[in-house]
Amino acid sequence: MQRIGVFVCHCGTNIAGTVDVKAVAEALKTEPGVVFSTDYQYMCSQAGQDIIKKAIAEYNLTGIVVCSCSPRMHEATFRKTAAAAGLNPYMVEIANIREQCSWVHKEVPIGTEKAIILAKAAVAKVNLNAPLTPGESPVTKRALVIGGGIAGIQTALDIADAGFPVDIVETKPTIGGKMAQLDKTFPTLDCAACILTPKMVDVAQNDKIRVFSYSEVTEVGGFVGNFEVTIKRRARYVKEDICTGCGLCTEKCPQKKVPNEFNLGMDNRSAIYIPFAQAVPKVATIDPNHCMKLKTGKCGVCSKVCTAGAIDYEAKDEFVKEKYGAIVVATGFNPISMEKFDEFAYSQSKDVITSLELERLMNAAGPTGGTLLRPSDHEHPHTIVFVQCVGSRCEACAEKGKEYCSKICCMYTAKHAMLIRDKYPDTEVYVFYIDVRTPGKNFDEFYRRAVEEYGVHYIKGMVGKVSPEGNKLKVQGSDLIYGRQLHIDADLVVLAAAIEPDKSARPLATMLTASMDTNDFFTEAHPKLRPVESPTAGVFLSGTCQGPKDIPETVSQAGAAASKVIGLLCKDKLTGNPCVAHSDEMMCNGCSTCEKVCPYGAISYVDKEFRMPDRTTKVRRVAVVNEAVCQGCGACTVACMSGAMDLKGFMNKQIMAEVDAICK
Amino acid sequence: MQEIKREVLVNKASELLKNGTVDRVFGWKKGEFDYDITPALFTTAEDIENEFVWGDFCGANFSKYLIKETGKSENKVLVFLKPCDTYSFNQLLTEHRFDREKVYAVGVPCNGMLDTGKIKSSAEGISKVTDNGDKVVIETLFDGEITLDRNELLPDRCLNCKSKKHVAYDELLGEDGAVLDSNRFDEVEKLEKMTPDERFAFWQNELSRCIRCNACRDVCPACTCEKCVFDNPNSGVENKAATNEFEEKMFHIIRAFHVAGRCTDCGECSRVCPQHIPLHLLNRKFIKDIDSFYGEYQAGAEVGSRAPIVNYTTEDIEPGDAVRRNENA
Amino acid sequence: MQVNEYKPLIVAFCCNWCSYAGADLAGNNRLNYPADVKIIRVPCSCRVNPMFILRAFQRGADGVILCGCHPGDCHYTSGNYYTRRRMALLFSMLDYLGIEKERTRVEWVSAAEGAKFAETMNDFAKTVAALGENKRLEDLRCKK
Repeated sequence: MQRIGVFVCHCGTNIAGTVDVKAVAEALKTEPGVVFSTDYQYMCSQAGQDIIKKAIAEYNLTGIVVCSCSPRMHEATFRKTAAAAGLNPYMVEIANIREQCSWVHKEVPIGTEKAIILAKAAVAKVNLNAPLTPGESPVTKRALVIGGGIAGIQTALDIADAGFPVDIVETKPTIGGKMAQLDKTFPTLDCAACILTPKMVDVAQNDKIRVFSYSEVTEVGGFVGNFEVTIKRRARYVKEDICTGCGLCTEKCPQKKVPNEFNLGMDNRSAIYIPFAQAVPKVATIDPNHCMKLKTGKCGVCSKVCTAGAIDYEAKDEFVKEKYGAIVVATGFNPISMEKFDEFAYSQSKDVITSLELERLMNAAGPTGGTLLRPSDHEHPHTIVFVQCVGSRCEACAEKGKEYCSKICCMYTAKHAMLIRDKYPDTEVYVFYIDVRTPGKNFDEFYRRAVEEYGVHYIKGMVGKVSPEGNKLKVQGSDLIYGRQLHIDADLVVLAAAIEPDKSARPLATMLTASMDTNDFFTEAHPKLRPVESPTAGVFLSGTCQGPKDIPETVSQAGAAASKVIGLLCKDKLTGNPCVAHSDEMMCNGCSTCEKVCPYGAISYVDKEFRMPDRTTKVRRVAVVNEAVCQGCGACTVACMSGAMDLKGFMNKQIMAEVDAICK
Repeated sequence: MQEIKREVLVNKASELLKNGTVDRVFGWKKGEFDYDITPALFTTAEDIENEFVWGDFCGANFSKYLIKETGKSENKVLVFLKPCDTYSFNQLLTEHRFDREKVYAVGVPCNGMLDTGKIKSSAEGISKVTDNGDKVVIETLFDGEITLDRNELLPDRCLNCKSKKHVAYDELLGEDGAVLDSNRFDEVEKLEKMTPDERFAFWQNELSRCIRCNACRDVCPACTCEKCVFDNPNSGVENKAATNEFEEKMFHIIRAFHVAGRCTDCGECSRVCPQHIPLHLLNRKFIKDIDSFYGEYQAGAEVGSRAPIVNYTTEDIEPGDAVRRNENA
Repeated sequence: MQVNEYKPLIVAFCCNWCSYAGADLAGNNRLNYPADVKIIRVPCSCRVNPMFILRAFQRGADGVILCGCHPGDCHYTSGNYYTRRRMALLFSMLDYLGIEKERTRVEWVSAAEGAKFAETMNDFAKTVAALGENKRLEDLRCKK
């Protein structure tokens, strides 16, 4: 039997004004387990807390009930008070007789009656409380960043800067991501490579950062502070530590007809290649799908020309296992496929391109050396039509597009239009848009400059059809403001394709037990207050894997994710919330139902040997809760039919006792 | 009449025993009366030859027995599964309740099993029951022979059979059937169309007959908890003695809720109820609601499927609307 | 208000993060609702086992209301989605048994919706008071 003390707070007149506090204290004296009951003006004051401490010592209390304001206000205070007096802090319960009683009821008899009932419910609960101790787990002081675009790069640099080792896993042969493919950036028009490549070099030179390029995460185990990750390092057939990146092999390689993914297939590369000049790591990679030596055994030119001896045709995929304290997801985005958008003739004409393709066509390191030429005949285009929201905000065409706004297209199109008008003033530029969305510092000014200073024709309306005719593209669109149909003979049509999360994100989310929305963007732990954390403890989000973002937003989120990681890695030990689920293995059926509703992947199953009453042993599958991962929501407790799964601090019995006390 | 003969089952069982595939066989055994067949475990071909029964009263679903039986030996046990049993079999596999490797499952076709209650209430002093296809002949001690339509003697679960298809087996005897379009929700709909007062009167009349014998729970292949909450003094709801207590009142609601999304609608609960309470109508209500709120779902149709009650979409129906929907049904 | 109006007993389960805070806010703003409403704090609405609700009815509650974060805002991301399915099925079942459907309710109340909390409780208390004493679950298994 517990020895319970009840402490009724007046809160000045806040409570005492509508609740007869002395009557409450008196009424509680006869409740089962209560050995002491008193009232005081301000229980949360030093003097009030001393009363509690003294009573704990004097009456040898095993549990206390404080009838006061909301537990959201002072539960932590009174738990500390109890702990200071040597009582387990989880033996404290609060009866909320202020916010949920004295403040909402006007008549003293009514308020008093309700306060007594609330106090009795709290006493009934404390009678069943058990001391709880938060679990502790160590923290591996190393972070993993999945994705080596600007988001991953910034996160890794910030974490490394705080002194923690970081590994970046990137599926491509080089880090850099989408930003490396961009020409200029809005709204400042500085060149993307000029601001990105120094950061890439910083990554390469930072001794705290390891880059696993051409690699992917294949397995994730463990939990916050203690993840165990398997990384597959795909065979690149070139020894990374020996290759000097001289590029001789790429020049001599006889297979030069491989579509160059860095330029989105608009030119070719060799079978052994370095994606671009500033690649990090700057080492060659052999594309096994096109290398003659790997496919047929005949060739071996690269091996002959490599003076460093870096070529290794026998290389195999390698698996690296590493422990991490925190994981940052920075898997980024891709433009959606344009193949389903027949109306824009993307598949029919080379001169219908996506905005990302335009970036490459305008880039000095691109397929045309920075001169804007039509892909079909390498002529200067004189009339260019931009189509906005291709696949974005596309409610009616959910099977080919996305319902959301891709956020970055309005701004990059203004940038493209402005750059083209600046460099080729003889070119007419039309932009068909639904809305122009320019929230952001200096964004609207930027867009207005495109219209006002550069004379870009913005047309509110959608393009209905693009039909290639001869060397022209007949563009038919509606102008909603003037209520007319427009027919434009364009030389080049640029589609602002919607962006979607990278395809690698979904399987990764499953491995991480991190949740995703229906669009495969990662869900944040709280949309406003915890935007860079995933609901899974220790997993953080950086960049567009969480939602469409431009570069400044991505970089700020990357920094925020890094600071969360640093905050975690600074700790030597993690202290958990002791109010977590617990499965009684004697009652557990091992049915896996609880696992299905756990949002954190905190439940796993083990085969355990049980001694039966007849001295035989029996192996049964039972659930085990990882207390470091469980957040204590209790979803599993209701999914569990047998009642084996219960929640500490909010046990079935405790809640039932509260119900009984209230309904008595 | 069952389309497959007893000999086929007996031969199969003997063969599998002799060639060492299995060393135990779940089957049916004669009871005191013709209609009183009981489940049994056979270990020798001889016992099977002498005592194995197959006929119109072999309704018992063995799936649940596999939980304990597979734990007893490293060798396989043979189980005969009617189509409806295979759904329970799969559901138990989904819940990891037994080791599939320790079972040899033989699917047998089923033409519906006769309802013992209907037989007993149709005649007094029954001495023999023979089934010759569409008709059932009941021989009695005092009133001679009574001949009845077989369909009249089928229980609701067989009249509204949901599937003649076996969804799990190692080997199949006879032909496999198809999933059927049944009218199994008709009774539920009839109740839904009543006024709340009529519904309450209906259920009060039914549930008040309950003697809390636990037969429904004990036979239910979804009720397989190591320890039932109603047997667990620590659960806070267990209370056998006092008649006015929680368990007494809420047992059937809680039981139905606990098997919601897991109940395969095998109908065993109603079959074994000594008070003839149509308990399957509680489970079917949940099945019907799940189908209409969250899309059709048949528990046990596939191993490893995720029941709608442990799943969600962001656009699910609100509880208030779910109840109002009943009103407009 | 009529003097002889039935005073119902109402149990409200509130999730710690949204609805309980919403109830606190109702208090902060001194928004009245009947004292018949007694709140039990749970970490998440998904912690509420149907057994708790039935237990409350069996012990004499006249109405039970469950409050959680708005769908999509759950502190634990998905708890209230499970609540929504469980309670849709449970309430539908109670209705099927002929229990007055007005005695059970689920309401999503955010931490900012003190006014909504008070309004909801006023409305629910009024509805339940009009139904009078809860006899049906009591009598479900005692045919007179």
